[in-house]
Amino acid sequence: MNDIILQLQDLHKKFDGTGVLNGVNLDIHRAEFITLLGSSGCGKTTTLRIIAGLEAPDQGRVILEGQDITDLEPNKRNVNTVFQNYALFPHMNVEDNVGYGLKIKKVPKAEIARRVGEMLKLVQLEEYGKRMPDQLSGGQRQRIAIARAVINEPRVLLLDEPLGALDLKLRRQMQLELKRLQKKLGITFIYITHDQEEAINMSDRIAVMNQGVLEQVGTPNEIYYRPRTSYVADFVGNANIFRKGAETFAIRTENVLLEGEGPCVHEAVVAEKSFAGGQLRILFTLSDGQKITASRFGIDADIQVGSRIKIGWLPEHAVPVIDDGQ
Amino acid sequence: MKRKGNWLLLAPIYLFTILFVALPILYMFLLSFLSRAEVWGVDFTFTLDNYKRILEPLYLNTFVESLKLAFLSTGLIVLIGYPYGYFMARMNAVWKKRMMLLLMIPFWTSALIRLYGWIIVFRSNGVLDKVLMGLHITDEPLKLLYTYPAVVVGMIYALLPFMILSVYSSAEKLDFTLVEAARDLGASSFRAFWTVSFKLTLPGLLSGVVLSFIPSMGLFFIADILGGNKIVLVGSMIQEQATKGRNLPFAAALAAVLMILTSLMIRLYRRITGAEQLEGLL
Amino acid sequence: MKTKKWPFIYVGVITVITYIPILLTVVYSFNASRISSIWEGFSLKWYAELFHDRDIWEALRNSLILAVLSCLGAVVIGTMGALGMYRKKSRLNDAVAYLSMLPIMIPEIILGMVFLSVFSLMGLPFGMVTLVIAHTTFCIPYVYSTVKARLVGMDKSLEEAALDLGACGWRVFFDVTLPLIAPAIWSGAMLSFAMSFDDVVISIFLTGPTVNTLPVKIYTKLKTGVTPEINALATLMLGVTILLLAGAALVGRGKRKK
Repeated sequence: MNDIILQLQDLHKKFDGTGVLNGVNLDIHRAEFITLLGSSGCGKTTTLRIIAGLEAPDQGRVILEGQDITDLEPNKRNVNTVFQNYALFPHMNVEDNVGYGLKIKKVPKAEIARRVGEMLKLVQLEEYGKRMPDQLSGGQRQRIAIARAVINEPRVLLLDEPLGALDLKLRRQMQLELKRLQKKLGITFIYITHDQEEAINMSDRIAVMNQGVLEQVGTPNEIYYRPRTSYVADFVGNANIFRKGAETFAIRTENVLLEGEGPCVHEAVVAEKSFAGGQLRILFTLSDGQKITASRFGIDADIQVGSRIKIGWLPEHAVPVIDDGQ
Repeated sequence: MKRKGNWLLLAPIYLFTILFVALPILYMFLLSFLSRAEVWGVDFTFTLDNYKRILEPLYLNTFVESLKLAFLSTGLIVLIGYPYGYFMARMNAVWKKRMMLLLMIPFWTSALIRLYGWIIVFRSNGVLDKVLMGLHITDEPLKLLYTYPAVVVGMIYALLPFMILSVYSSAEKLDFTLVEAARDLGASSFRAFWTVSFKLTLPGLLSGVVLSFIPSMGLFFIADILGGNKIVLVGSMIQEQATKGRNLPFAAALAAVLMILTSLMIRLYRRITGAEQLEGLL
Repeated sequence: MKTKKWPFIYVGVITVITYIPILLTVVYSFNASRISSIWEGFSLKWYAELFHDRDIWEALRNSLILAVLSCLGAVVIGTMGALGMYRKKSRLNDAVAYLSMLPIMIPEIILGMVFLSVFSLMGLPFGMVTLVIAHTTFCIPYVYSTVKARLVGMDKSLEEAALDLGACGWRVFFDVTLPLIAPAIWSGAMLSFAMSFDDVVISIFLTGPTVNTLPVKIYTKLKTGVTPEINALATLMLGVTILLLAGAALVGRGKRKK
């Protein structure tokens, strides 16, 4: 598990004078499912395109299994991509799409047919070989795009927000399927998303990206419970950022205690109440103006907007983080 | 991605455009300032005579007449073509396809041959006269062939498809729920059309205007065939001066003036609509 | 909103009017009389006369050769140009693209006049060569702009996907790009062919003493007076047009079913 398959060394990239990547360093392990998580414009897609060879870095190296592939053309790299919009060739049927990579490699026709059949079976679309891409549903296209990439047995599979276009229910189902597929194939997956829930659900490790650098790399648990910076705490866990003197803490909303639940020392005014995702969220304004949100399952109607109560948290729930001002 | 040999792809179009579009047009402007040689050809001495000559009543009149005819035909093309294209865009998919085919058949047929049909209609004692006299609307043949109205009809007939296609392609993109929204907000159907549909299809309409106005000044064969020798347009004048008159510099000056008028129109169109390409052209 | 009838009636009436001259041409091509407004019974004699008119066939042959050559030239130059300009954007490219569109934006008469003066300056003998150059020039914009529009509308990641799956530049082009822009090339080619085949204004400046195109031939015949032969020719050409359009529609439908 610990041997490294892909290394990104100090990647820099500018578009029109703006730094999109400002020094990305990352070691990716064999057969792991790693997610690059970040909001749009953070540089995650550019990183992926550099790995695929579709974009050249201004500076830095990409090392695949010890070999420097930075200057290698995309068609010479043993890396495949599942594109955001699937990019299925509209003029080829499903079989031809899936078999395309093998055809390029001049694999004998009979073997292509056999392997395409196996692949379609793996993604449970064995009856759809003769269909054209526009006759498939979103979820089916998604699976064909994965099959088309995976059939080439790449060392690393790159997935660029592959579930972005699907509805919520299908997305959940596909998350599980993808994860299962990855374990079964034992291929390294580099997955891109802006959805922290998706990242936490699927990944072995998550790399949180912001403004062209990696803020933190770690297991979902580490990222969620031990955020290194205030950005990670806010982006991944929707945690409260509480500043006291020179120190900054991240406090998860469910760990904010209300008067009577534990030690409460902060005077607060209830600013807002909302109900979302099965949770009641209460926004407090502290006397120094800082905002703290508490969340509870179930509807708690006792607290009125405008009322003053005391709130607090256990010391172990206040995680010290580096304040990056976000 | 690195792209090698891109210049190889571009070389032919650069070569053709520079050699057969840019330089020739420059040459035309140059030519318009030169004098005519004694027998045939060009004398390379600078002169403004060609432009002065355009200002002579005979030629100036032709320009004015051509412009008048172009305005008249374009106006009528708008009146006929705009509703046509607009209604077509509101038909269902099956009818749209059928109408498109019906439009395309004449469009793909030789312009000359379509005009020829009008000779049969207009000629003295021709089909139109027969019908009108048969219905006792007129007592004697109208003798419409070789008259101004015949030329106008010919122009409209030749250029109407451009207007219809322009309006259609812009009306097709129009979201008709916007009209419903306007109606819902209390607009009368005329007001809803005027404030929403018309405004949003204006680029198509203007593009159609440009596409019919510009050629109408140059389509000399329509004036020739349906107007006989009575109606002389700028187009016919240029053709005559360049071929029979053998006065290339003067023809070039005429063409240069026409070219400037044309580019003013296109510029005006771009100013109003902010569009790069003429809508529905292709 | 309920559908009203009068838009349909309006469109119908205008359409019928546009077809009247065409239908009359067809009807009178079978008229025995030379004075075409009088019906003197069914006859095929104008077709017979047409088939014996060597000049017409010669002109038709010329027009076909001209249309095919300039269409091919425009397809090659226009497609290559569209690809090149799509891949590399620059001010210079934009300027050349704009210039290359001029031939279909300015009145044809100017183009004809311009070619006439340039070719006589260069001393090129008027004939097929000058015609092909001129026609190619005004056909390029049709191919260029349809192909360019298609390329701009094309999903860029399709080419990237092919590259990602191991195809080299040429393979990407032949496996992905070309099949995707083929319909645009095809429609640009059809337009080019039709425009070239139908052109009178430019050709009239450039036809030499030996080479005549069909439209120029028809034009001279029409100017000299009534020739019912033209009715027959018009009918034949109309028939071919309809057959071709119907064929194209059928091919399109067949493809969609598959």
